[in-house]
Amino acid sequence: MSASSLKNHQTLLNLPRIRDDFPILRREVRPGVPLIYLDSAATSQKPRQVLDAMDDYYRQSNANIHRGVHTLAEEATAAYERARGLVAQFINASSPQQVIFTRNTTESINLVAATWGRANLVAGDLIILTEMEHHSNLVPWQMLAVEKSLRLEFISVTGDGLLDLEEYGRLLSMEPKLVAFTHMSNVLGTINPAKDIIRMAHEAGAITLIDGAQSVPHFQVDVQDLDADFLAFSSHKMCGPTGIGALYGRRKLLDGMPPYMGGGDMIKRVQLRSFAPNSVPHKFEAGTPAIGEAIGFGAAVEYLISIGLESIAAHEQVIVEYALERLEEIPGVHVLGPTAKYRGGVTSFTLDGVHPHDIAQILDTDGIAIRAGHHCAQPLHDKYNIPASARASYYLYSDPNEVDRMVASLYKVKHTFGL
Amino acid sequence: MDDLYREVIIDRYKNPLYRGKLDPNDITFQDSNPLCGDQIQIDIRLDGAGRVSEAFFDGHGCAISQASADLLLESIQGKTLNEIKTLTKDDVLEMLGLELGPVRMKCALLSLKVLKAGVYGLGEASDDLTE
Repeated sequence: MSASSLKNHQTLLNLPRIRDDFPILRREVRPGVPLIYLDSAATSQKPRQVLDAMDDYYRQSNANIHRGVHTLAEEATAAYERARGLVAQFINASSPQQVIFTRNTTESINLVAATWGRANLVAGDLIILTEMEHHSNLVPWQMLAVEKSLRLEFISVTGDGLLDLEEYGRLLSMEPKLVAFTHMSNVLGTINPAKDIIRMAHEAGAITLIDGAQSVPHFQVDVQDLDADFLAFSSHKMCGPTGIGALYGRRKLLDGMPPYMGGGDMIKRVQLRSFAPNSVPHKFEAGTPAIGEAIGFGAAVEYLISIGLESIAAHEQVIVEYALERLEEIPGVHVLGPTAKYRGGVTSFTLDGVHPHDIAQILDTDGIAIRAGHHCAQPLHDKYNIPASARASYYLYSDPNEVDRMVASLYKVKHTFGL
Repeated sequence: MDDLYREVIIDRYKNPLYRGKLDPNDITFQDSNPLCGDQIQIDIRLDGAGRVSEAFFDGHGCAISQASADLLLESIQGKTLNEIKTLTKDDVLEMLGLELGPVRMKCALLSLKVLKAGVYGLGEASDDLTE
């Protein structure tokens, strides 16, 4: 694909207008060096619509939520619960009560492990995970496995960067209680066939947890269509603020789970020696929550809906196809993961003779922000027998020109290292 | 970048003078940087007077981590363990001739952390050792 044919695809999104929504994209990293932000898989940038919503809340309506009867408390409560409704609508949950606000994807997964896991799993029970999990969907289960003497098995990643679904079928015959998997790998970019994975798990009598940190921000994730049991995701990767995320749960499962943290708001009534838990979602939201952040999260969801998830996904597909083509033409560059067909907007790669840290450092001098390291997926890097990789990731505001700038800078890296 | 990837850094990274292993040795220690996977092992032999007679490092990682290890190993040849214990972060940065942000600082200081943990005979390396 040439740069000129790429231009034809730009009709999908009004890129200049979208970029104008993100004030940070106008900044220079150093005088004369504009920012090229290719690290959205780590965290996305925030549009002014989100910044304004949070600013308005703190300037106009700041108060603690629930129970207060004054005007500000009413406004804050309404705005907080409205945000919950927007997030529920975004993933097509059948009711807002099925959306629990947490700090992030990690806390959502830990919540399931600590409540559903502790209450329902016993020694010898099996949990199926995959080799491409982020540490946040590995370590909580490792901790629970130690505590409860559980067994863990892993669906392998094939040479093409896909999950080995035949092996998954064999693992399911071992009668797992839970299958927890990433919807989209934060390293390989692989989009896993969540609907099939869930259907097969249900047929085997297991429930499922989807790590949606990389999927929910980028394409339509419909919990009813997927028949999802649990879905965990973070606001900050989808144009919202840090400090807030969500856990979606099937109502029957949430109702049966014990509370997570104890404290205010999660109780129906309290006596000196006992308490009765509140109903969902409040049962899982002890203490004053991140109110301003929840409101920002709601504004982010509204923003993404206004642009359209289908358009965003199509835009990212164009960018990632172009990035794969440009990266693979550089001698010594090896891109990890599958072909564009199975991939979201992530390209991780290595460059022969240069450590990813050095790549990222030299790109930074050109204002280009990429990530280097194991991206919290150390076992996956062990599998590929590499200590680290460099990762460029894309979002609705990414411009094909930025891919060109990265490629030019990668040639500079090679020159610096005499390659 | 001209600062960070000065010729000495690239040169030491590509053609280190003190890369290798010593077996037997008097002191050996290894550690890694969990954030980026940089890994360094340092082996030391001492002479009868308790001075470093030979010292080598092995491992993998970015140019900053490997070049700083090579420069550090060069600086301790002939030194006593007490002299090595006085080495600080500033000494390493001076050898590198660099100013670094907090993330790359960990790369640059990994070798010092490994060296001092080995010299002090510690079971585990701690960031406090580089202060």
